Amino acid sequence: MKSPGKIAAVAVAALVGVGILSGCSSSSGGSDDGTVNLVVAPVLPGATADALSALHKRVEQFEKKYPKIKVKAIEYQWTSTTFAAELAGGTLPDVFNVPFTDSKTLANNGQLADITKPFDQTSTAKKWNKNVLDVATGNNGHIYGIPWGPYAMALSYNRDIFKQAGLDPDKPPTTLDEIEQDAKIISQKVPGVAGYMQMTSGGTGGWELATAVQALGGRLEKVGSDGKVTVDTDNATTKQALAWLKKLRWDDNAMGSNFLWDWAGINQGFASGKIAMYMSGSDVVGSLMQTNGFDQNKYGVTTFPLSSDSNAGILSGGNVDVVNVKDSPAQVAAAVKWIDFYRTQPTVDKTAAVNNAKTLAKGKQAVNAPTLPVFDKATWEQNQEWIKPYDNIPVANLKPFTDGIFDQKIVPEPPAHTQDLYAALDPVVQAVLTNKNADVDTLLKGVDTKIQAMIDADSK
Amino acid sequence: MTVESAVTPTSARPERPKRRHNPLTWVQRGGLTTLLFLLPLLIIFGVFSWTPIVEAVVMSFQKTNLVAPAVFVGWDNFVAVFQDPVFWTAVRNTAYFAVLALLFGYPIPLVAAVLMSEVKRMKGFYSVLAYLPVVIPPVVSVLLWKIFYDASADGVFNTILGWVGIPPQPWIQDAATAMPSLVLEATWAGAGGTIIIYLAALTSVSPDLYDAAEVDGASIWGKIWHVTLPQLRGILFITLILQIIATAQVFLQPFLFTSGGPVNSTTTILLLIYQYAFTQSLGGAYGQATALSLMLAVFLAILSIVYFRVTSRWSDN
Repeated sequence: MKSPGKIAAVAVAALVGVGILSGCSSSSGGSDDGTVNLVVAPVLPGATADALSALHKRVEQFEKKYPKIKVKAIEYQWTSTTFAAELAGGTLPDVFNVPFTDSKTLANNGQLADITKPFDQTSTAKKWNKNVLDVATGNNGHIYGIPWGPYAMALSYNRDIFKQAGLDPDKPPTTLDEIEQDAKIISQKVPGVAGYMQMTSGGTGGWELATAVQALGGRLEKVGSDGKVTVDTDNATTKQALAWLKKLRWDDNAMGSNFLWDWAGINQGFASGKIAMYMSGSDVVGSLMQTNGFDQNKYGVTTFPLSSDSNAGILSGGNVDVVNVKDSPAQVAAAVKWIDFYRTQPTVDKTAAVNNAKTLAKGKQAVNAPTLPVFDKATWEQNQEWIKPYDNIPVANLKPFTDGIFDQKIVPEPPAHTQDLYAALDPVVQAVLTNKNADVDTLLKGVDTKIQAMIDADSK
Repeated sequence: MTVESAVTPTSARPERPKRRHNPLTWVQRGGLTTLLFLLPLLIIFGVFSWTPIVEAVVMSFQKTNLVAPAVFVGWDNFVAVFQDPVFWTAVRNTAYFAVLALLFGYPIPLVAAVLMSEVKRMKGFYSVLAYLPVVIPPVVSVLLWKIFYDASADGVFNTILGWVGIPPQPWIQDAATAMPSLVLEATWAGAGGTIIIYLAALTSVSPDLYDAAEVDGASIWGKIWHVTLPQLRGILFITLILQIIATAQVFLQPFLFTSGGPVNSTTTILLLIYQYAFTQSLGGAYGQATALSLMLAVFLAILSIVYFRVTSRWSDN
């Protein structure tokens, strides 16, 4: 027979196990003295020690300002793949961020907390750019999240590799033809390096194809005057974007030998010097530094080229901080205070901006990663002035992007079943990159049928 | 009275006296204690095994995202699965994986086990070598093989091929070679376990049979064909059906190596179930996921029943 001590030890171990399994959310969220507990998830898994230290500092600043709110910050990455199970299982943090593509759907599904009341009490409630705030607004007009860090899709490049290939890193390509030419030169002159690459897996293939199509003046979905969405990927512009990729891959042999990149993977590939140029969000340098320890002095970024078509525009995206729908009203109110403190105030308040920049710089995180305005351009420019002394990415490296982005027309992502559309387009991009004779027409027709069926099912 | 009625009573078996189930007798014979011992197991099995299964069956007829209230939709989820063009691709890919895995993975462990059983010295060392890949966590081995499969000329396998003048191969980067590459890794990772089973079974083969075969002048192949294989027949039938069931549920390799790509060439049924459950419509396709899971489970159950009926007939013969 087991000793009572052993039985007690097993019981404690079991209880601890249950405690771990009970996951992230701060369960009851409150205590008798009125303290509200929050679990927030502002950094991605794999964050560097510097990034975690910077986060810890910010939490301390917040708790000093709001002594009745206790914050536990965790590393976490929201993915659509685990979201519903985490929500159903009660393991979702109280505050987490979702991409622009998903926030509206989640809000309309009733899967996010309604934050309208505490949001209206924030100092910036009336200041928001309606187009930006729209991504976090439900069909009922209520607010379900606070957007931050909107970005435009851009062309990131490695300045060191440009130099090795004899190219001028201060004069990055400005047209699709120039990207192709530079990629070809790099692949020939720097062995083992892909001149240019796009993502292809986990929905990113469709995301980047959508960017290229919109940059050429096309659209993947059309919205009728009655609001009905028609999927139209099987069009000439999509085929033009795919033909460009095909040329890079098969005629120029300028895309390396790996064609199954997802977001995290391609960031790793770029940071390790295997890829010279790739398409990504303009703010990606923040993640490259935070997760991949990338030396920002090698980093270059420029606008992704638009065609002369009057419909051509750059695809934009961003993040929305949202609150767990199962939280109590006190937690929701505290969560909005945290989001406002952590995300919004550093864009509008000089002291908050400077404190944030100092903390980030000390933690070797990106201070001046290029983003777009959430309020208006004047506020954004003012913010850039405040943080200038703490900038840690060479401003000259960002100049090709910051000089051009405000001349580009911003175009939102396809409106219906966006992530499903992107995922369905992944195999099309993969086909072009892995099969010289890929039957693009049939593949695109299949995508149209599949996604249209999903959209039509919603209206039944 | 007919002839039949006259014959029937004589040909019928004498009826056994029916056992009467008296609760009191059952308790007196210690039934309560048995139940008490059985209860924790029944509860655990019921809660953790059968409740999810029953819930999954119910969910296959519902539309739910695990948050909003579920709505019964009849056979809609099953129809949606059948109408999905990727479904038939996944069925084909799974069958392709199963066939390749049987071609690679079924004979290799058997041959290895037979050869190892013939080895007189260092048998334990060879067993450890064979079993080692099974000990490595599957995710680690996939990450390892990803490095091996690097499609550039610097990749481990491509470097080796380069030594003998073969150009770099795309391995998992091409629709034609991706699935065989996955099967190769799966065979490497799983063969050790099967080898150990065969080795254990081989120890039960009576040495007298080999001696008799030798007296009859049988060669080594003759001994294998006429003694070893017939003696292993039972275990071979079991490992075959286990392998078929395992390959029909292949998930790890396509998920971690290729995410089902390139161009859905490695999308298997289980990966499709995962995609329905977790990547489509923010979990809005749980119904389709459970519907497809149910179809797979029913198919495998029928396959297993047919298989055991057929193989038991062979065994009887």
